[in-house]
Amino acid sequence: MTASHWVGRVIRPAVIVGGIGPALYLGLGLLGITAIDLGANPAEKLEHFTGTTTLVMLMLTLTVTPLRRLTGVNPLIRLRKPLGLWTFTYALLHALCYLVFDQSLLWGEILHDIAKRPYITVGFSAFVILLALALTSSGWAIRKLGKRWVTLHRLIYVAAVLGVFHYLWLVKLDTSTPVAFGVVLILLLAARWERRRRKGAPA
Amino acid sequence: MLIRRPPDIPTSEITEERHYVSRRAWLAAAGVTAVAITANRVMAARGKSPAPVVGAEAFADDPTSFKDITTYNNFYEFGTGKDDPAKNAHTLRPRPWSVVVEGDVKKPGRYDLDDLLKGIPVVDRTYRHRCVEAWSMVIPWNGIQLKDLINRLEPGTKAKYIEFHTLYDTTQMPMQRTNIMPWPYVEGLRMDEARHPLTLLATGLYGKSLLNQNGAPLRLVVPWKYGFKGGKSIVKIRFVEEQPRNSWQLLAPDEYGFFANVNPAVDHPRWSQARERRIGDFLKRPTLPFNGYADQVASLYAGMDPRTLY
Repeated sequence: MTASHWVGRVIRPAVIVGGIGPALYLGLGLLGITAIDLGANPAEKLEHFTGTTTLVMLMLTLTVTPLRRLTGVNPLIRLRKPLGLWTFTYALLHALCYLVFDQSLLWGEILHDIAKRPYITVGFSAFVILLALALTSSGWAIRKLGKRWVTLHRLIYVAAVLGVFHYLWLVKLDTSTPVAFGVVLILLLAARWERRRRKGAPA
Repeated sequence: MLIRRPPDIPTSEITEERHYVSRRAWLAAAGVTAVAITANRVMAARGKSPAPVVGAEAFADDPTSFKDITTYNNFYEFGTGKDDPAKNAHTLRPRPWSVVVEGDVKKPGRYDLDDLLKGIPVVDRTYRHRCVEAWSMVIPWNGIQLKDLINRLEPGTKAKYIEFHTLYDTTQMPMQRTNIMPWPYVEGLRMDEARHPLTLLATGLYGKSLLNQNGAPLRLVVPWKYGFKGGKSIVKIRFVEEQPRNSWQLLAPDEYGFFANVNPAVDHPRWSQARERRIGDFLKRPTLPFNGYADQVASLYAGMDPRTLY
């Protein structure tokens, strides 16, 4: 099988199906079907787990392009859309957890929270970006938007930075996990910047 | 409401978990019925639609399960995850245990814990416990009233505050090898707060000795303050003139103060303190001023601006 076949018939379907894994894990735990224990504070567990999974999916999405350039396996680019859509799905679940478990759908308090608390403000902004990217992820939208699509979808970098700050600003003391996400993000962005610099440099 | 119960609930009368777990379903149904009846009456009296019920009286105060109380803990000496203390605290050796008493006090010295507490009556108290992170529990403690120990030790006139130090021993508390916090953990109270009859030095919960993850063998319990005021695994008690600098205040003075009174009207700089999630619930309930103990303790702070008491 060629690389293109591998990506199209094995890796991409695995990503499309595999992305449901974390949600399935939580869902089974919530229903008490398996031995998964969501602990004493399941609402908090669901919130943190969906948030962390969003960041993991986002980092994986941003890994596709550097990996493609590094390996020269161009069909890998086809993983970007399913990974991006899984990122949005977990961001949506995360936002729903916040809206229901933290705020009991009290919209006045939610708006107040978004306006007043920096970590909510940046988290909400990142969610709005991911929503816009998910809504314009179809082939039809790509054709319709043309060059503007590329510009719009560069906002993923903004969403990633906001997402890391969202995590960093809510932590009480132990910042090791959000800092680790920050380091990964810096490496992923540096890989792109390095390439631009080399391409742009005079021969 | 806890605060309207007689203060002492004997351990023998605490309902076993298997009973109250089944009772919970009944209570929930009863609560909904009661709310519906009240709402109907209000509606009939006013002749219009009732406002949504958001008052704390709509919420029950059942004791949190032993499992949740002993597996969901903040005790950074054993890790920063909520489940870390239950996993890692086996390295703590709560006996033999000695407590150093120093400062302006007639009976300073190093005491064996059992000698220090000998003869002081043990009380059972079921208290709400409100963490600064906006979750809460209901915990059936047993222990002594701190005032009884203070009276035994006879502090002098310069003892305006009392300071508590947690054990500092990297072999027993492995996270103390890191510098995530200044060690040892220090907490303190003003002397009138310390002498208040609600203030406990807990030695157990659910009628059993404290488990290591809950601060064995001796921890402070101040139910109208955020949980971090409750220093755990106490090895030193100091009677001092100056207001102690407690650990969280040292770490982030704009976020954590000395008083740390539960107050839904004063937000943490980063999150709201208006509501809390009772462990076992999915949705949040309103937080009460002084965690529901205002009748007993609000007078301690007469003339002070509540906004400075975070």
